[in-house]
Order: sequence, then structure tokens, then C-alpha cells
Amino acid sequence: MLKVRVIPTLLWKNFGLVKGTGFDSWRRVGPVLPAIKVYNQREVDELILVDIVAHDTGDEPDFESVNDFGQDCFVPLTVGGGITNLVQVQRLLRAGADKVSINTAGYENPGLITEIATRFGAQCVVASIDVRAREGGGWRCFSHAGGKDTGRDAIEWARELESRGAGEILITSIERDGLMVGYDLPLVESVARAVRIPVIASGGAGNYEHMVAAVSEAGASAVAAASIFHFTEQTPAGAKAALAAAGIPVRKSFQTDEPV
Amino acid sequence: MKVGVLDYGVGNLGSVLRAVEELRVSPVLISRAVDIHHNDCLILPGVGNFVDCARLLAEGGWIEALREEVLGYNRPLLGVCVGMQLLADVGLEGAGPDNPAGTPGLGFVSGRVEHLSTLGCNLRMPHVGWNGIVNKVPRDSLFAGIPDGTDFYFVHSYAFVADDPADVLATADYGVPVTAAVRRGHVWGTQFHPEKSSKAGFRVLQNFLSGPQC
Repeated sequence: MLKVRVIPTLLWKNFGLVKGTGFDSWRRVGPVLPAIKVYNQREVDELILVDIVAHDTGDEPDFESVNDFGQDCFVPLTVGGGITNLVQVQRLLRAGADKVSINTAGYENPGLITEIATRFGAQCVVASIDVRAREGGGWRCFSHAGGKDTGRDAIEWARELESRGAGEILITSIERDGLMVGYDLPLVESVARAVRIPVIASGGAGNYEHMVAAVSEAGASAVAAASIFHFTEQTPAGAKAALAAAGIPVRKSFQTDEPV
Repeated sequence: MKVGVLDYGVGNLGSVLRAVEELRVSPVLISRAVDIHHNDCLILPGVGNFVDCARLLAEGGWIEALREEVLGYNRPLLGVCVGMQLLADVGLEGAGPDNPAGTPGLGFVSGRVEHLSTLGCNLRMPHVGWNGIVNKVPRDSLFAGIPDGTDFYFVHSYAFVADDPADVLATADYGVPVTAAVRRGHVWGTQFHPEKSSKAGFRVLQNFLSGPQC
């Protein structure tokens, strides 16, 4: 049976990990490499690593750093931030990424999603959607790390990303980001109903119950979180134990059955 | 020991090489088909699209080289993900009106590669995440020390359908039984990514590399 994944999100800005609220007020939370090492030792299900300033500077993704980060990562690693073309994707995969996350470039050049999916497979493309609630209902998509209103409706955009070849959708509520008040469950549920690809809930997780709700009530295939792991005593292992207690299948650590 | 990892233009090579290094074995990246010889065993990675991977194998002269090594010299081979699917006779990914018969594979393990939905799976696609495997009885050497229910990382929408059920070493349940690993003689394949399956994945790689065949 397929397991529900608990995915720490690592936001990365100028050599360090950061975490903010509402995509703003960034706090430094430490260096990147030791964090990846620890998560890897603790056998998290997967990691998402996003360079939050790359879209601003217009620089190439930092292949060298990704290469360093990949040295100690033996679980799937999704890398995002500033990706605009196929060559960059190939270099990131060589550097140690297993999937890439596309956000801003998807609005500016939707064909990029299809190009990556055709060349490297749909499983390689995690389409990331950042949204704010719209007055009167629904959600609107923002690019540039929440900085630019694209005018697009989140549900329609999710459907389009799926049809263009995305393999997964990472849906983040900007307004709940960092507040630890719980995921936007109607948002996650609406996206999960709209598409047939897996949906990763993101933005707002403050405790394990929020994660259980995202899966059992909203239909998420995976839950991503950052603040809860940076700023509280809660851990990915604790999250999985809570999910398991709620009857949700999670991955157990490997135990050989050979006599020692 | 010399472990050759085939670099034919696709694949998360960085991850595969590092996982082998983690087992204290130095892998050799093989970037030209003529350099395929003189290795103790070979790993065929693969990510993405069957048609693209098969085309790159053909264009680089890898198909003849692999036949010579694997069929001629009995070199042990492990295919991973699309690398396992390429072991089949034919892949139906990308099959359509202009290509109804699909794309030929290496034909090392008889079978075809079909979309999970044509096999009756109606769950979300791709099949992505950690899923538990069920070993065939008796357990193959590739899964020594790895009990039923051990989770591995899968990410795919197409699956291997072996002509001979005896070639299937393990399955995973995703609405339908999904072939998780195959073997014919000294040719193995895993649909999951051992290089991204943490400790369980290391054990599979170690089992492959430490077999008497390597």
C-alpha cells in the first residue's frame, strides 16, 4: 500500500535556511547542509529544497550547492527556485536532484512544464502553486515567491498544469505560511478533487492533527511543512506516528529480518 | 570490484553513483558504449520516458554493447526504474496511431511495459511515494534480509508485465499488483529507486553487488 509522505520544506536564501510568515519576514534558521544530513539520517520520506531568491536575481540555479546538498541525501530530493529551461533541469538532475519544482517560470512559459515532462518524465515535474484566498471565494495564484498576482484561478491553473504534464502539485497557502494555524483544507480538497495527480498540502501546518486533517479530510497525498520542524519540538517521525495512529499508512524504517 | 554505471544521456546519475559509493565501492561512469567492457557488473539507470531512453540507447550504440556484455559474457546487470523497463521486449509508452506496436526494448526479460491504467489501476498517477513490497517465495538473493512490507521509493506510471510470472521477484500493491522487481538469470531490475530508498535501498544494491555473480 502506498504511504502518505511527510516532507520537510527547506527554504534557502543566500547560503542559509530561512523561514518566514506569509512569504515575508524571513528568519535565519541555520545552514543547509547539516539540516539535510539530519533529515537524511532520520529517514524522512522526501525533501523539498527551494531557493527563494533565485527568481529575483535572474541567476542560474546554484548547481554547485545542490551538488553538495545531494552528497548526503538518499531520499528523494526536489529542487526549486529560478528554473527556466531544460538545460538547468538536466544539470540539477546530475547534481543530485530527483525532481524539480516549477513555479514562476510556469506562468511565464507554460510550455516548459510539457518540455520537462516529455524529456525527463512527468514524475520529474512538481508544479508549485502559491495562492491567496479571493474575496467572494476561490483562490488566486501568485508568482515570484508570492510577490506578483498572476490573475489566475488556482483550481483552473492546477488543471492546466496537470494537462501540461506535471507529475505532482505542491499547493501552498501564502496567507497561512508560517502561522502554524493549519492547512487551508478547502483549498487542498478543491485541488485534490480537480486533478488526478498527487497533491502535496503546504502552508500552515502547526501540529500533527493538521497533517492528519490534510490527508483524511482534504485528500492530500503528502504533507509538506517547515515552521513546525524548525520552531517546535515536533518532528517528521512524530508526524508519521500521529498519522499512523489516525489509521493513515506511513513508511516504517527498514528492519532486516536476518539474524544478526 | 568494478561497477559500471551506464551514462547514456538520461538518469539521476548523481544519486546512483553516490549510493554505490556509500557501499564503499567505486563506481565507474561509462559514457561511451565502447567502454562497457571489463567491468564486474553493470547498472542501467533510467528516468523519464521509455521512448527517449530506448532511442538514446540505440543512438549511442549501447544496445549491441549491452547484448555482447550481458548475453555474450554473462555480465550481471541491474536495471533501475526505466532501466528495468528497458529490459522488456517492448514498451507501450508513447504508443499511438503512428506507433501502435510500441517501442522495442532490450528483450533480456520477456514482457512488455504498459500504463498502470490499462492494467486496471484507477488511483492517482503517477504512482509516487513509498510502497511496501511482497517477495515471491522463496525470496530472491536480491532481497536477502529484506522482509515483506519493506517500503521502497517508486515513481512511475508504466509497469512491467512479465510473460513468465516466475521472472517477477516482488510486487507492490497500487490498486493492482505492480511489478517491483524482475530477474532472469543474471539480469535483475527494480521498478523502485534503490538509490533513493535509504537503508532498504542500500541493502538491495549491496545484495546485487555482493552476489557471487559480481
